[in-house]
Order: sequence, then structure tokens, then C-alpha cells
Amino acid sequence: MTEFLQQIINGISLGSVYALISIGYTMVYGIIKLINFAHCDIFMVGAYTGYFAITTLRLGFIPALFFSMAVCALLGVVIERVAYKPLRNSAKETLLITTIGVELFLQNIIKTKALAGPNVLNFPEVIPTATFKIGGLQFSNIQLITLGISVIMCAALQFLISKTNTGRAMRATSYDRDAAALMGININRIISVTFAIGSALAATGGIVFGMLYPKLEPIMGVMPGLKAFVAAVLGGIGIVPGAMVGGLSIGLIETLSKVYISSGLSDAIAFIILIIILLVKPTGLFGKRNVKV
Amino acid sequence: MKKNVFAKMGCTILSLVLTAAMVTGCSSSKSSSDGGKEESAEIVIGGVFPLTGDIPGIGSAMENGAKLAVADINAAGGVLGKTLKLISEDDQNQASVAPNAISKLIDQDKVAGVVGTYASSCSIPMATIAKERGIPMISIASTNEKVTQEGGGYVFRACFIDPLQGKVGAQFALQKLSAAKAAMLYDKSQDYCVGIADKFKTNFNEGGGEVVFDETYNRGDSDFKALLTKIAGLNVDVLYLPDNYSTVGLIAKQARELGITCAILGSDSWSDPGLVTVGGSAVEGCYFTDHVSFETDNPKVKEFAEKYKSQFGSEPSGFSVLSYEAVLLMANAIEKAGSTDSSAIVDALKATDMEGLASNYKFDSDNNPIKSVVINQVKDGKFVFAEEIQPE
Repeated sequence: MTEFLQQIINGISLGSVYALISIGYTMVYGIIKLINFAHCDIFMVGAYTGYFAITTLRLGFIPALFFSMAVCALLGVVIERVAYKPLRNSAKETLLITTIGVELFLQNIIKTKALAGPNVLNFPEVIPTATFKIGGLQFSNIQLITLGISVIMCAALQFLISKTNTGRAMRATSYDRDAAALMGININRIISVTFAIGSALAATGGIVFGMLYPKLEPIMGVMPGLKAFVAAVLGGIGIVPGAMVGGLSIGLIETLSKVYISSGLSDAIAFIILIIILLVKPTGLFGKRNVKV
Repeated sequence: MKKNVFAKMGCTILSLVLTAAMVTGCSSSKSSSDGGKEESAEIVIGGVFPLTGDIPGIGSAMENGAKLAVADINAAGGVLGKTLKLISEDDQNQASVAPNAISKLIDQDKVAGVVGTYASSCSIPMATIAKERGIPMISIASTNEKVTQEGGGYVFRACFIDPLQGKVGAQFALQKLSAAKAAMLYDKSQDYCVGIADKFKTNFNEGGGEVVFDETYNRGDSDFKALLTKIAGLNVDVLYLPDNYSTVGLIAKQARELGITCAILGSDSWSDPGLVTVGGSAVEGCYFTDHVSFETDNPKVKEFAEKYKSQFGSEPSGFSVLSYEAVLLMANAIEKAGSTDSSAIVDALKATDMEGLASNYKFDSDNNPIKSVVINQVKDGKFVFAEEIQPE
């Protein structure tokens, strides 16, 4: 029983990282209807930026987090302006392929000697790990911080989208871009803001991931990114709380299937879930039936 | 309208420039290969290394070792009176990229032989190509048995093989660590990991111990807590992790966090300073089977280490030595063969009796060298010699 509860803790800890990446994914999709595959690589850049902020600039955890969020927000906006905006009115597939192009570009540019170099880097222990034991269960402060950050980010994002003017403009843009423009909404600004927020969330995910699994490499974003994508679809792509729940669910499913079904099949199971959802309820757990996709 | 015209012009110019670049690119590469043939003042060999990907540290250690060997050979007069030249290719440590790397070396660069590469899952498809094209190949560090088996006589290697490594690991765990219960955790997609884990299990069970946990993970995983939590409940004496240094560092760290205090044992792919970079204090005290120890009285190894440090500014790894020796083996065989004819080189390789850096080379009937296994331990972040086990 203790072991089962410990596995639940492991699953939630893993899931909170997926959730953090997933809410950024889902927000960009929700507003712009674009699956941004480069999202997981902005996550990677976020982790690297955090690394340099902590080691070279000697910043603490919170300043490094904000620094990395700012750098990635800027990067997100630049990528959108340079690579996606010129294609905004072309076919969806073109844009989708461009996001993959950006993904490969980011993975390979970070490997160059001028940036991080090809070697694996070790994320510094910016907050000393402390392990707590309660009745045979073990968890660390890092795991708690991860979960806390995911929940806070999710709540803040939900508040931003549903309660603020910017959020209303985002929703209007999502619903009908041309009509929103006619109502005086600056579409370019709203899309930039969306990418800035999405990328800042990815940066947060990157730093948290670096603290939990201190191995930085250019392809570190790929697998978590794919899982986060499944999580976003599971929760209903475009729906922020759905992504949170989806992320935690995928973390739990992955952990429990590793332990109780087969360690080798855990990834396969995560992706089978994606296929089942797409077949049975394409709008996801939280999706409305009449959602416009 | 005007804007469109400019855009079109821009496109035309860009495409012209690109075409020009392609044409010049082609012509220059052509002239270099033709030049090699006409003058034939050079003997070209190819090298395949994992220069990028998940283990670039090992890749550059290997390439540097090979470069040193070429420099030393040329300083001593070259091969057959000609200069030896090495052309490096990157396999990204991916089985899908490695075949292209060796094909390019054979077709475009017309190499006399190939040294490389690191991962068994890359060397196996390369061996198939070497056999088909009849080009001699020396795998540097691929320990899976299949590498030379797939090579149909054309493929050799500079390292020991997994059955020996798995056996030595199991014996060490049983005798020196007095382990009775062992757990294994490895990457199921790597021939190397699967082959070695299999041999460890057989030998550990036959030697009176019991492998109580045998599970795998996927390539690219970062979270191992689910499986490690299971292991923590089993009270094993030794945890066997035959995988690359970068992954192992993470596993060891998470194992220690979950309160697994038992000894951790690994294989030769731990042998990179990156192990300590990622694993930190978690890998302190761990043992692994390796090819070379730098804590030795062997003057050749010492001299090599110093030369390497002064030239590349970093510490060499065991793979640098193997890579150096692989180039030496190839050059030695070409010299003995008296030409770059591949069957003559293969015959010369089979009859090899050469003094390398760390060991003497003689191949058995399966083209595998007969050599010893070293066991190193991580102490204060450095790899310290623990034991050397001779082959039977």
C-alpha cells in the first residue's frame, strides 16, 4: 500500500511537469488554432537559459526563473513574427511543418559552440533538495515546488483568459479573427501576447524539469513535449484546466503502467490513450461537443 | 505590386546564389577525391564517431584519439611511405544515421578502411554495409557480439565483447561486493544494453546469486522513479545499470533520492567525465567495467594521456585509447598488406600481432581481440583503478 501511494506521488510529480508544458501548448492552440511543435524546444531553451542565468549570471531561483521567462517570451514573439506570421493565411499544413522546422532549428542551434555546445550539461542545484518522510512515503521540496508552480500558473492563466480585457480579446480572436479585427482588436498584438505567455510558461516548465531531472541536452524537450501534447488532447485541446488535469493523468498513467503493466510499454500506453481519445471523444475530457475545430 | 517584383527578384537572386553554392560545393568535393586518386600521395581512412546526439563527449574523445594516432603515424613516416589521412563522419549515436555515414565514406571518399563506431546498434548496420562492399572495418567500442558476426570476416573490433563484460561484472558483484540479490535496469532499444544485461543475468544466477528485478525503460526517459520505487522495496545488494553515462547519472541520482543505498555497478559506457557531471555524489563509490585504467605504470598510456591533455585541453577517456588503437591496427594492417587492396588488408588484420597502447592485439577466430577487462571505481569524481581481470 505504501508503495502504491509512493507511486501516486511519483506520478503526480511527473504529471505536474507535463501539465506545465501542456497548458502553454493548449493556450496557443486555443487562441491561434496552431499546434506549435516548437513549444517543447522553447521549453528546452528555457532550461538552458535558466542554467546560464544561475551559473554565469549567478542569479537565484526566482530571478533566474523570471529571466528565463522573459528571454523565452521574447524568443516566442520573434519566432512568431519571423516564421509564422508570413504564413498566417496559408494552408494549416504549411504552418504545422514550419513549426517542426523551427523545432529542428532550435535543437541544432543550441548545440553550437557559441551557445551551449554539444555536451550534456548538469542543471545546478539552485534550491538544495530536501527529502521529507511521512509514514514511509518520500517526497522532495522540488516535487512540491513543481506542483505548486503548475497549479499557480494554471490558475493565473485561467484568470487572465476569462477575467481580463486582454483575455477577452484573446477569446474574441480565437472565435473569429476577422470579426475581432473589425471590433478594433489589434490581432498582431494579441497573437504576440499569446506567444509570449505560452513561451514564458514553457520556460517555467524547462527550469522545473531541470531541477527535477538535472540533465540538459538539446533533445530534452522532445519526449516531454509529446507527452504534454497527449495531455493537452486528453484534457481537450484549447482548454487550460483540461490541460492541467490531462498532464496529471498522463503522469499517473505512465507511472502506474510502468509499475503494474510493463515498463517497456509505458510510452506505447500513453500514445494508445491519445488514439482512443481521438476515436471516442475527439474534443477531450473537458471539451464541449459543439466546439469549433 | 512593386513589392511583389522585389520579392520575386529577391527569390531569383537567392536561388542563383544557392545554385552557385551547390555547383561549387560539388566541384570542390569532386576535385579533392580525384586529387587523392591521381596523386595518391595519401592513404585515406574513414572514422565514424557519435560527434553529436546524446553522448557527444564520447564522440569527441574518440575522434581526438584517432587524430592523435594519425598524427603519430605520420610523424613516424606514414603508411607505405604515404601520408595517412582521416575523414570523420558523425553518426549522431543513431542506428538510422550510421549506415549513411559509412556509405558516404566508402562511395564518396573512397576510403581504404573504416574505424568506428561507438554504439553496437550503430556498428551492426555498419558491419552489414562493410561486408556488402568488402571494406575492412574496425569497430572501436561496440561490445555486442553481433558486430563481428554480421561483418562476414570484414569486421574487427578494438574492444572486448559483452559476454566477457557481463561475466566479469557478475563475478565482481558476487565475489567482491558479496551480493546475493541484484536488480537490473536498462534501455530496451539498445543492443548493447540488452546483450550485456542478458549475460550479467545468466552469470549472476549461475554463480549462486539471484537477479530479482529485470526491467527496461525507453530511450529518452528522464523519470525512473516508478521503477526505482519498486527496487527500493526489494532490498537488493547491487543495482546493475549497463547504459550510457548521461542516463545512468540521472538514474543513480533518483535512486539515492528514493533511499536506495546499495552498490551500483555499470559497464564501459559509463567511462566519460559526464557521468560525474550529471550523477554528482550519487555515483560516488560506484564500480564499472572499462577498457583502460589511466592509473597505470604503462609508459605508453601515460605519454598518450599527457599528449592528449596538451593538445585538446581535456582528460582522455578509455575510448580515446581504443580509438587510437583502432587506427593503429588499421594502419599496421595496410602496411603489412603492402597495398590498399581490401582482401589483403583483411588478411593482414587476421594475422595481427601488434603492441597497442594499453594492450597487445591478437584476434580470435571471430575477429575479436583477446584482452583483459579493467574495473574502475568513481572516487572523488575521478575514475580510480580497482581491479584488472585477464581473459581465460
